[in-house]
Amino acid sequence: MQKEYLTIAEVAGPIMVVEAVRDVGYAELVEIELPNGEIRRGQVLEVDRDKAVVQLFEGASGLNLYKSRVRFLGRVMELGVSSDMLGRVFSGAGRPRDGGPEIIPEKRVSVLGEPINPYSRDYPSEFIQTGISVIDGLNTLVRGQKLPIFSGAGLPHHRIAAQIARQAKVLGKEEQFAIVFGAMGITFEEADFFVTDLRNTGALERAVLFINLADEPVVERILTPRVVLTTAEFLAFEKDMHVLVILIDMTNYAEALREVSAARKEVPGRRGYPGYLYTDLASIYERAGRIKGKKGSITQFPILTMPQDDKTHPIPDLTGYITEGQLFLSRELHRKGIYPPFDVLPCLSRLKDKGIGEGKTREDHAGVLNQLYSAYARGLDVREMAEILGEAALSKLDRIYLEFAEEFEQRFIQQGEYEDRPIEQTLDIGWELLALLPRSELKRVKEEHIEKYLPKKEAPAPPRWARLAR
Amino acid sequence: MKQGVIAKVSGPLVVAEGVPDAKMFDVVRVGHEKLIGEIIELEGDLASIQIYEETAGLKPGDPVESTGAPLSVELGPGLIAAIYDGIQRPLELIQTQWGPFIRRGAELPALDRQRRWHFKPAVKRGDLVSPGDIIGTVQETPLVEHRIMVPPGLAGTVEEIKEGEFTVTEPVCLVRTAEGLRELTLMQRWPVRKARPYREKLAPKEPLSTGQRVIDALFPIAKGGTACVPGPFGSGKTVIQHQLLKWADAEIVVFVGCGERGNEMTDVLIELPELEDPRTGEKLLKRSVLIANTSNMPVAAREASVYTGITIAEYFRDMGYSVALLADSTSRWAEAMREISGRLEEMPGEEGYPAYLGSRIADFYARAGRVICLGRPEREGALSVIGSVSPPGGDLSEPVTQNTLRVVKVFWSLEDKLANRRHFPAINWLTSYSLYAEALEPYYLERVGREWLDLRREAMRLLQVEAELEEIVRLVGVEALSPSDRLALETARSIREDFLMQSAFDEVDAYTSLEKQLRMLKLIIRFHELGREAIARGAPIEQILELPIREAIAQAKFIPEGQSERFAQLEREMEGQFEELSKERVAG
Ligand SMILES: Nc1ncnc2c1ncn2[C@@H]1O[C@H](COP(=O)(O)OP(=O)(O)OP(=O)(O)O)[C@@H](O)[C@H]1O
Ligand SMILES: [Mg+2]
Repeated sequence: MQKEYLTIAEVAGPIMVVEAVRDVGYAELVEIELPNGEIRRGQVLEVDRDKAVVQLFEGASGLNLYKSRVRFLGRVMELGVSSDMLGRVFSGAGRPRDGGPEIIPEKRVSVLGEPINPYSRDYPSEFIQTGISVIDGLNTLVRGQKLPIFSGAGLPHHRIAAQIARQAKVLGKEEQFAIVFGAMGITFEEADFFVTDLRNTGALERAVLFINLADEPVVERILTPRVVLTTAEFLAFEKDMHVLVILIDMTNYAEALREVSAARKEVPGRRGYPGYLYTDLASIYERAGRIKGKKGSITQFPILTMPQDDKTHPIPDLTGYITEGQLFLSRELHRKGIYPPFDVLPCLSRLKDKGIGEGKTREDHAGVLNQLYSAYARGLDVREMAEILGEAALSKLDRIYLEFAEEFEQRFIQQGEYEDRPIEQTLDIGWELLALLPRSELKRVKEEHIEKYLPKKEAPAPPRWARLAR
Repeated sequence: MKQGVIAKVSGPLVVAEGVPDAKMFDVVRVGHEKLIGEIIELEGDLASIQIYEETAGLKPGDPVESTGAPLSVELGPGLIAAIYDGIQRPLELIQTQWGPFIRRGAELPALDRQRRWHFKPAVKRGDLVSPGDIIGTVQETPLVEHRIMVPPGLAGTVEEIKEGEFTVTEPVCLVRTAEGLRELTLMQRWPVRKARPYREKLAPKEPLSTGQRVIDALFPIAKGGTACVPGPFGSGKTVIQHQLLKWADAEIVVFVGCGERGNEMTDVLIELPELEDPRTGEKLLKRSVLIANTSNMPVAAREASVYTGITIAEYFRDMGYSVALLADSTSRWAEAMREISGRLEEMPGEEGYPAYLGSRIADFYARAGRVICLGRPEREGALSVIGSVSPPGGDLSEPVTQNTLRVVKVFWSLEDKLANRRHFPAINWLTSYSLYAEALEPYYLERVGREWLDLRREAMRLLQVEAELEEIVRLVGVEALSPSDRLALETARSIREDFLMQSAFDEVDAYTSLEKQLRMLKLIIRFHELGREAIARGAPIEQILELPIREAIAQAKFIPEGQSERFAQLEREMEGQFEELSKERVAG
């Protein structure tokens, strides 16, 4: 029998103070019964003798100081998990929102999770083919990696995320995989886009969705990534599945954290975000990975919109400090009509080297990657120079690079939303582009690979760039 | 036994009242699960405690008792090749006991209690011993002779000393002290927040060679010195620290993964047992100690982790070794301090960091140094400390970077601009510095030769010149430069690309000995000299820049170690090509 308290002393924003409590533990789950019978949930943030500070997940509206009953449940926030969750849609706190029945849990686990022992981790090294050239070719993703997309308002990150969800696979293997999707504070249209896309492609059956919409309780978003990852850990480490986790939008998550922190009058860190934002984000992102002796894995694709496209803003900044690389989207390419508009130069997958090469992708991969990258970088430099000095001031070689950058954007970066390019095709397009450059410029690819993969130039009609080169 | 009770719980901070004999920094056991914590503030009857484990479920009224001792580490055979969390709990054992996820309340000894070590005495009955004296040795790994020392604060006459196989808790030596008989074991304890004593500090004079060209050649760190590596995310801090862990010529390396990624520790754990020390041929793991308190592990233990690491490092220094302590990243340590300070409701200083941030950082780096150790035989040890700094938004004006720069002598400034260009290590050659350059000169003169110093100076000069010329190029284009300026630009580029750029992931390129660095730099600078002479004789700059030797210079980094004849041959080829060039001029 739990005790019930009618001693709410104060409610301020998402924070409630309950007095004269006994036997209340830190981080304990709290139930609040409103006078109309509605049940809300919360979590103990601090307990000082007989006073408990509680964070309300579903907000305080309608909460009556004197008539609401508070129960402390003696356990931390748990999620009942089960394989039956596949194919279902839940709220951001884990309640069914698709009209289906409650889940009969196989087990109940704390949503806080436990840190993976660094000694027990297995190093991510298996290539995941997403069918998107910029990712597979230049910023290769491996199983167990956490690789965020840094986007901006109005950029097509949700379309890219859906494309990844549709296309991601490990080559030559028939394995069980699943998608766990967490939406925090996105619009109904965006959420609906995902659900519909997954349903249309038949992927919904192997997906679990947790959705908190923009007009739903802000503080609930603090729970969403945790229920997502608790589900993912269950599927990966107990059901041997390879789980792809998509979290969108981490910026809204961080805003929720800031709101709670402000309500508690904590000393704010940079731009009003709490000083523990790094640690808090790490407690989410570090729940990706592989574990020795376990079949499954968790790969994370967090998506965040950078306020004012500023990558030094605390949310992208701290995310970059935790994740294993990042993919940037470019407003400029988006304006040019290029999809997916990846801003290639600052993109990096830190684990790519472990996933590429002979036996994984192709022997020439590393060389092609480096050569394409440096040629595009040089091309962009030339483009900038041309803007200042005019094209006339460019050397012949510079012009070739300028052309290269253009072609690279049109043919390598640009691809269809439903175009699933095998890695060989991505690399072959790379070689076609490299063929635009004089052979003497190809310093980063091996001679033997040039022989094998570089398309032989045919005699007829040399293109404009080639005439310029002579 | 009398106990105190919890009054308040807020995240990793617990306030307890009525804890008997509460003393600052004493370790306490909290709650029914006996979670480990440390007293960090005392006020009247109230003790503020930072808890090294997850605090969910702790309640007011739960018991709190003091162990009466400060947070300490166990020091003895078994440290090498171990991996610990921030308060020296053995992660390997934790896995065996609880599986892949870290449960709380784990209480496991840091040093294996069962394992026996062969102890060879170095003193005999009747000898007078005092703190730091080596009473015997244990060959812990092929690389490490573990020297068993009389702990600080203990002196007397050896009553008995044994030889044979012992565990770390069995007595090997009996000492009659003024306070009576004392047993010495292979293990001692030391409080982590207190620097271990030494006899005398000395000025550093020898470089810590790292095999990283930009560091060894341009911004060297001394054995016993301090360095910091600030840079935004993805700029290469961890890769540099891992390179030092692998290739620095220290006898012992302690690596602290402080609030960083789990996979990075896994990476180290996979690589170290495979890689060979270029100097001894032994596996690198045989000289390493790892501390891993990753970003998702408890924040208070993260705060402690750098102290745990540096205390273990000092202990090996005391044996007379050259030790390197690598902390990645000190910013996470500072943030842990900030978080606890915030919960204590202390008056915040800059950016919410506590006012004592600067002094904590200074105290930490002050534990580095070249010293004469306590005890006999007389010996010298060195502890070099290298810390990464992760400034928010890459902005170096923030408090952790600023307070660190105030105390460290070497600054390796990482830039994302360079990293984005894939110029690695992304150490900016114009803004970085080493204040040891002068102190190390005598060493270089004696061991490497004047040539090294001259080459270095010339390389630095050319890089400076490049920066100035680039301004001009930006305004009027490269065609406007004189041939000798163009040559200078090209040489500077060669210094950057063919010398400073170094891949951590290429088997040969990852490590370069000082000898090879000298040969590489000599090739580049000699090319510049010959080029200038050729220009003076009227050779067109285009032809100079097209000489085939330039391709060979670019490939020189991939010449394996120990092939100085190959370099000599390249030098001859270069002279030959320049001669050809002037012959052509005369003939043409
Ligand atoms: N010397 C090097 N050679 C080759 N690649 C490098 C080198 N240094 C860094 N890199 C590349 O840069 C990436 C990021 O480096 P690293 O992980 O060291 O960054 P960091 O500064 O520690 O970032 P964070 O602050 O996020 O931990 C690496 O994954 C690697 O791809
Ligand atoms: Mg790092």
